[in-house]
Amino acid sequence: MNLSIDVTKNDGVANVMLGGEVDAFTAPQLKETLLPLTKEQDVVEVNLQDVNYMDSTGLGVFISALKATKEHDSTLRLIHMQDRVYRLFKITGLTEIMNIDSTVQGGM
Amino acid sequence: MMEPFDFVEVKVPAKAEYIGVVRLSTSGIANRMGFSYEDIEDLKVAISEAITNAVKHAYKETGEGEITIGFGVYQDRLEVMVADHGGSFNLGEVKEDIGPYKQDGDIEELREGGFGLFLIDALMDKVEINSKYGVIVLMTKYLHETGVGQNGDQITTPQ
Repeated sequence: MNLSIDVTKNDGVANVMLGGEVDAFTAPQLKETLLPLTKEQDVVEVNLQDVNYMDSTGLGVFISALKATKEHDSTLRLIHMQDRVYRLFKITGLTEIMNIDSTVQGGM
Repeated sequence: MMEPFDFVEVKVPAKAEYIGVVRLSTSGIANRMGFSYEDIEDLKVAISEAITNAVKHAYKETGEGEITIGFGVYQDRLEVMVADHGGSFNLGEVKEDIGPYKQDGDIEELREGGFGLFLIDALMDKVEINSKYGVIVLMTKYLHETGVGQNGDQITTPQ
């Protein structure tokens, strides 16, 4: 029940590879990683292919990160999201404002 | 009219690191009852949201405490009770948090922590909150969604 976070930076683009579960326990470390990246990089691309659980605490982190990108004029992209996780973004209306690449959705 | 059911009670410290443990218990019980993969995922999210609220609340009050989770296993449904045994928080405030993100709102007004109750309501068939002694969230999910009357605002507050 942990979250692994791997960041690789290349030419103003940060690729953030996540694996595991995002909940109230792991969300703070995700937030600590993502927010500085929105300031120092032009694009923050988060790969959620191996995230098999997320709840509102994770949604909250991505909302904070999105706000931070507006502040620092950078871009946040969420890719390879599993269907169950995507559903939560859909239910809450966040698909309307988040940059989610649904063409490469992974999962079931 | 005494309906037979099994009752499973789990008590954990009011700390975020135990939320995942309760998720595992939840999927074990729901899987045994025959819930679908999708329903089990819904249950895991809804129950985690309730516990997250209880943990945050307990932490704000005392920084410690326990959370009790009760699973009522019925023939046709699972009832889950999440009780924080801290003081009660303002129910009006809690209900204000309910609702989807509205597109016309400013991005600055996006709630970062306000989706919890909204998700519980969206993912469960019935949700009740009792705030008489601490806060108890009672959530119900039926084994077969068809034939179950469910509509409208399902949050009720018995006094």
